[in-house]
Amino acid sequence: MLRSMLRIRRFEEKAIEVFSEGLMGGVLHTYIGEEAVAVGVCSNLRVDDYVAGTHRGHGHCLAKGAPSDRMLAELMGRKTGLNKGKGGSMHTIDFSKGILGSNGIVGSGIPIVVGAALSAKMRGTDQVAVAFFGDGATNRGSFHEGLNLAALWDLPAIFVCEDNKWAISVPKRRSTKLEDLSVRASSYGMPGVSVDGSDILAVHQAAAAVVARARRGEGPTLLVCDTPRARGHEEGDPQDYRPKDDLEAAKRRDPIEGLKTYMLGAGMLTGDEFEAVDKAIVQEIMEAERFARQSPFPRPEEALDDLFAEVH
Amino acid sequence: MREINYQQALNEALKEEMARDERVFVLGEDIGLIGGNFGITRGLLEEFGSERVLDTPISEDGFVGASLGAAITGMRPVAEVMFSSFMGCCMEQIWNQISKIRYMSGGQVEVPLVIRTVNALGRSTAAQHNERPEAMFMHIPGLKIVTPATPYDAKGLLKASIRDPNPVIFFEQCFLYFTAKGHVPEEDYIVPLGKADVKRRGTDVTIVSYSAMVYKALEAAELLSARGVEAEVVDLRTLSPLDRETLLESVKATGKVVIAEDDCKFGGVGAEVTAIIMEEAFDYLDAPVLRVATRDVPTPFSKPLENHIMPTVDDIVAACGKVAGA
Repeated sequence: MLRSMLRIRRFEEKAIEVFSEGLMGGVLHTYIGEEAVAVGVCSNLRVDDYVAGTHRGHGHCLAKGAPSDRMLAELMGRKTGLNKGKGGSMHTIDFSKGILGSNGIVGSGIPIVVGAALSAKMRGTDQVAVAFFGDGATNRGSFHEGLNLAALWDLPAIFVCEDNKWAISVPKRRSTKLEDLSVRASSYGMPGVSVDGSDILAVHQAAAAVVARARRGEGPTLLVCDTPRARGHEEGDPQDYRPKDDLEAAKRRDPIEGLKTYMLGAGMLTGDEFEAVDKAIVQEIMEAERFARQSPFPRPEEALDDLFAEVH
Repeated sequence: MREINYQQALNEALKEEMARDERVFVLGEDIGLIGGNFGITRGLLEEFGSERVLDTPISEDGFVGASLGAAITGMRPVAEVMFSSFMGCCMEQIWNQISKIRYMSGGQVEVPLVIRTVNALGRSTAAQHNERPEAMFMHIPGLKIVTPATPYDAKGLLKASIRDPNPVIFFEQCFLYFTAKGHVPEEDYIVPLGKADVKRRGTDVTIVSYSAMVYKALEAAELLSARGVEAEVVDLRTLSPLDRETLLESVKATGKVVIAEDDCKFGGVGAEVTAIIMEEAFDYLDAPVLRVATRDVPTPFSKPLENHIMPTVDDIVAACGKVAGA
């Protein structure tokens, strides 16, 4: 899990670098500071389980097994990208790893995950499906309709709310009267669990229980992870709207530092071992960068491919 | 060959496809016990059970989105949206998710998904049960749009839609459910998507139409024939992909075109058809292309008001007379 969180962190740092070099179009929303959620949840999943991510989706994809080199190539619009350059940062998709898609629309992955869970149930597999979304998504109809359907049909779905308390510039307290969003689960007759989303062990443990529950056919759960947004909504966001102490507090809750401190204290890891793990990951990301930079852009006319599947 | 109506034809298509392929299932509001508002799913619950015939809560965004999730993970859902006006409730899933997921993923996935819905012009159901929104969906790349007029086409096109690996929005017409009767084979057949059909041969003017308006076009053609003007009636059947070949062949042969549609005129299907004709067959035209369509207002309730906004057979005859000089 440490390795997986570090991979996301180093990937995002590299993404910021290439973005600031102008090698990435569009916008970049990084997952820095929230790594414990995706990793804590996905470490309980199999390759054939399904996840749907958010517009801040790199972490979900990497944690579920997407290759960092083709991810970075996608962000840089290359032909070798996961989606041949048609998706980009907000829409990275890797069906071979059960990744049904990062999503540019807040909350829209939720009904899709409900359908994947329905399909798993209909096909008689024990696959589970996980939707990641932010606190902002819980105000959308897709959240309410999706959770209601999943509960009604006892589907093997897990709804993971990454409660970072900001919807771009609007704080959560100005979007909902609720402090603890897990209480929303009771409206649908499903359990709601709240956990410290900066604490990877807490997330992993809570997710293990709800994933096992879903796999046993006992139905969906809403898992709310309190996780700070360490950076702006997107790169370049000056965050003028954000109180300084909120940002400072977010930075102090670094999940990677948290796990490192814990493991060092418990004698599970030495400083040297940490450095070696980190070095290997930095190396992997450098190779991913080399791969992406050297990859060609798609031919312009490829813009017209992939709209429809051939009738067979 | 036996004659059945449009509603029975659709019902048969669903039954046959569910029996043929166990991945096919249906979901929607009231489709189970009562077989849907118009009986299209009648008998399916008894035959296939509640695991493949899912009554949903009133949540179009939820169950249409869930259909997408099921379609990309190995199933072949057929969702029913009770009236096409309610398509607004699930527009986000259709517009941003269903139509785009294959393209955005670089072609990684197929989306074998059908959304059936119904247009209801002419039933005094007023503006929120009475849209003909197919032009809005035509404008979205990645969707196939199907609009059958006859029982034969309804069954064959629905079967083809269910077998298609792409998302299809299937617009039925509630006026036709019980009034349109015709020969429908009992053996398995499909009507391929993307192929128009010439419903009446003629040499003097082409009437381009689809769905319920095909019948008004045919009626107009008979009246015109009495005046010595032979109209060819092209039923588009599939609006996207649109069969340019059949359309242009007819236009080039007659040189005169009237488009008859029952949606609002502005920005509509007829506008697109006109543009295609102007771009690809302008030199063959002997007269400007005319459109006969609904007036550009929401559908009013009161019968005389509703009648006033709807295009009539006489309107089509008049337009044809104008372009054909009769």
